[in-house]
Amino acid sequence: MGSIFNLQQVVNGLQLGSIYALIALGYTMVYGIVRLINFAHGDFYMIGAYTAYGAFFLFNAVLGGSGLPMAAVALVLAMLASGLVALLTNRLAYRPLRYKPKLSSLITAIGVSMLIEYLFSALPFIGPSFRAFPEILPSVPIKLGQNATISTHALIDIGVAAVLMIGLTILVRHTTLGKAMRAVSQDKDAAKLMGIDVEKVIAWTFMIGGAFAGAAGLLAGMTYPRIFPFMGILPGLKAFIAAVLGGIGNIPGAVLGAYIMGVAETFATAYNSLLGEGIAFAILIVVLLVRPRGILGEKHADKI
Amino acid sequence: MLSVKNLQVNYGRIAALKDVSFEVPAGKIIALIGSNGAGKTTTLRAISGLEKPSGGTISFKGKDLAGVQSHELVKLGISHVPEGRKIFPTLTVRENLELAGWTVKDAKEVKRRIEEVFTFFPRVAERVGQLGGTLSGGEQQMLAVGRAMVTGGELLLLDEPSMGLAPVLVDEIFDKIVALNKLGTTILLVEQNAAEALDIADFAYVLEVGYTTISGSAKDVADNPKVREAYLGV
Ligand SMILES: Nc1ncnc2c1ncn2[C@@H]1O[C@H](COP(=O)(O)OP(=O)(O)OP(=O)(O)O)[C@@H](O)[C@H]1O
Ligand SMILES: [Mg+2]
Repeated sequence: MGSIFNLQQVVNGLQLGSIYALIALGYTMVYGIVRLINFAHGDFYMIGAYTAYGAFFLFNAVLGGSGLPMAAVALVLAMLASGLVALLTNRLAYRPLRYKPKLSSLITAIGVSMLIEYLFSALPFIGPSFRAFPEILPSVPIKLGQNATISTHALIDIGVAAVLMIGLTILVRHTTLGKAMRAVSQDKDAAKLMGIDVEKVIAWTFMIGGAFAGAAGLLAGMTYPRIFPFMGILPGLKAFIAAVLGGIGNIPGAVLGAYIMGVAETFATAYNSLLGEGIAFAILIVVLLVRPRGILGEKHADKI
Repeated sequence: MLSVKNLQVNYGRIAALKDVSFEVPAGKIIALIGSNGAGKTTTLRAISGLEKPSGGTISFKGKDLAGVQSHELVKLGISHVPEGRKIFPTLTVRENLELAGWTVKDAKEVKRRIEEVFTFFPRVAERVGQLGGTLSGGEQQMLAVGRAMVTGGELLLLDEPSMGLAPVLVDEIFDKIVALNKLGTTILLVEQNAAEALDIADFAYVLEVGYTTISGSAKDVADNPKVREAYLGV
């Protein structure tokens, strides 16, 4: 075993992959249901980070709280805020364009993304510059054999992602809403004829996807404690590539793609930090050339 | 029960329906026959709110349906079995049926209706766990009618239920349609298979390139020389 390929990198890769997975799920769910690549999705992640940041200062000052309960509160608030912004984005920007040519939604998505980013930069209590994310929970390393450790932060990242993904699986497979989501993604007209309010199901999908990105924002803030209004662009892009790698529209695919991406990026970074930054795009090019529908994507899936 | 007057529907600049008028009285079977591209599917889609009319009125039990959204029509009492069945392929047969109970708040009632479908179509019952996409054409048609039974409308719109089915199966499906009608469901049946449709219908209308032309009791329409020549091949 060379010095690059070690257990430590795998742990770090899974940690990063967990964050990518939470973002990628929203991309893929929204694409699955309305065939839209929601470029504002990375910004929901940023909003999650800022909400957690704000929540921490508010509650810390008022209640003097910290530690695990504080983190839990911040997580819930981050998910709520991002979910609500996703819901609003859908209602105000995408829904009016639903049955218009796809290009209009796509361009709108880019516009919404920039609007959110510059709006946050302009807000006096947020501003364009970097902020240090507070240490809500201390990171304690736990030994994993001889040469590797796993931090409590990594455990939380991986654990929260796992719990949310299991929850999502149960929702999609076994609840009426989940069945409706699958039905709507397959055939909107047929779903309407079943009496399903398709717009309501789409709204839920946006909200759940947004909430997951919000959770990722909090986890990323804790793990890589520097936040700024444009922080969503790169992770959003990488998570999108992860979703494409797994097969856009496919939920297990997004998770698989995200973990592959996380591990690949960690290994590449260990080798050379520039390579680490570029590996996602290399993966995208390879996927588009070799298997455009992604690892688990369906044959006939039409991509934008 | 359903009244369609001077209905017009355009697809972009193409006029699919130019002047379509007909009545569906409660408790009856009404057949709407016509050849490919006549506008039969468009008519049903307009009734269900899936296409927006550019003229005319559609009213159901005295209520004007303009502006009523598709999913709300189910609650008002209109069930629609679309052309090509539109079974959800990656949902199981049971899940397909359960979703049809979306507007029914009472879970027990949904269960009861699904059981009713199973007694009505034993072949559907045998395949509850199978994915919708793996059913044969005939089974899909039964499931599609079954879903409409679960939605529970008083008016059932059927778009070419005989499409792509072997004659034995067509007879079986048509028997079921008659049985459903006897149980109290009003039926608007769209068909290219004019002979079979006129056989079970009370009244019939002929749809030709966007216009309703010939109409009358099913027997009169079946005896009409033009219909005999163009649709019955005799
Ligand atoms: N989505 C659409 N866009 C444009 N034109 C359409 C669309 N759907 C139907 N048409 C046109 O409208 C006309 C009526 O079509 P419709 O599907 O209602 O016919 P139909 O009577 O159901 O035919 P068939 O028996 O083949 O099912 C046809 O000329 C068809 O090409
Ligand atoms: Mg048709």
